[in-house]
Amino acid sequence: MTELAIIWSILAAQIMIGLAMAFAAYRMVKGPRAQDRILGLDTLYINAMLMLLTFGIRTANSIYFESALIVALIGFVSSIAFGKFLMRGEVIE
Amino acid sequence: MSHLTDLPTWAAVIVCGFVLLGAAIALIGSIGLLRLPDFYTRLHAPTLATSGGVILICTASMVCFAVLQNRWVFHEVLIIVFVIMTTPVTLMLLGQAALYRDRVEERRGVPLKQKPLREETPDETKE
Amino acid sequence: MRTWFPYPLLSLGLLIIWMLLNQSVAPGTIVMGTILGVALAWVTLKLTPARSHPRRILRTLAFGASVFLDVIRSNIAVARVILRVGRRAPNSGFLTVDIDIEDENALALLACIMTATPGTAWLEYDRGRKSLLFHVLDMENEEVWIRTVKRYEAGLKEMFG
Repeated sequence: MTELAIIWSILAAQIMIGLAMAFAAYRMVKGPRAQDRILGLDTLYINAMLMLLTFGIRTANSIYFESALIVALIGFVSSIAFGKFLMRGEVIE
Repeated sequence: MSHLTDLPTWAAVIVCGFVLLGAAIALIGSIGLLRLPDFYTRLHAPTLATSGGVILICTASMVCFAVLQNRWVFHEVLIIVFVIMTTPVTLMLLGQAALYRDRVEERRGVPLKQKPLREETPDETKE
Repeated sequence: MRTWFPYPLLSLGLLIIWMLLNQSVAPGTIVMGTILGVALAWVTLKLTPARSHPRRILRTLAFGASVFLDVIRSNIAVARVILRVGRRAPNSGFLTVDIDIEDENALALLACIMTATPGTAWLEYDRGRKSLLFHVLDMENEEVWIRTVKRYEAGLKEMFG
């Protein structure tokens, strides 16, 4: 009984995070202005990280943790670079 | 997926509840990103996923690994600390960039830049 | 002592992060983490960050707990606003408040706290006027938000004395 509950609830959580990723991707593609797109990209990164963590719980494999950390790092750096570009028109001054 | 059956019931309840709640909060944040009307209100949506969602799902992962493998190393704390420290920086920079761009384009409804206070200059008239 | 360990807390934090990443407390890991921590503290010395001395550990813990409760509360509030956005548009708006904090690190911490709690977003701080412009998602009454920011300010002032 508990195994069914766990498997189904993790599956449901993954579907929900997948939907969240889809919405963020929609905002990234559609977004009326550049800052909306960057916000969508940032949310997409965060949700991808959460998705990797749920995969980690599902398979009890700690390698997913490392990839989640790397996704979070790259997402942060890229969002910062984009934000800086919007503000100044160049990344490194 | 056989290992998950080894979880005792109390841990299973905690893991299920936290994962479902965290995923629901992340989904609500993305719905906000989709439905809120303008950029400044959309700026609030991702903080739902980064505060509530990340904390809940990382806690679930911690509980799961700690009970299953009897390994009391909480390396998920790293993700929580990292995300909580970095997201404000991103959002602040994006907010400032949006404010700057809106001011350059002279959009309506955006607060104007306050004139810098003049420094207390000594009187130059009387010499 | 200062020449060897310019930032002891930073070195200790880096050591803990290194041990968590390696998931071990073996002597080799600790030695490597100590070397990394001390070396990176020297690198940080070149950046000359502003020093500040937080005091009153107990007060800090209480402040952290109150911020955590605020995060939970505002999570629920923002989720409610988002779910009913189809029926009623959120009356969001910009607010300005005067903030009188000298310490740079306290200011940075205030910015992080305000952006991390859903519902408020830090936009601009004018150093000359000491006034802060921030955006609020659901502005039912402005007084509550301004009072919240003032409470954070008071807490941070106590901490960084």
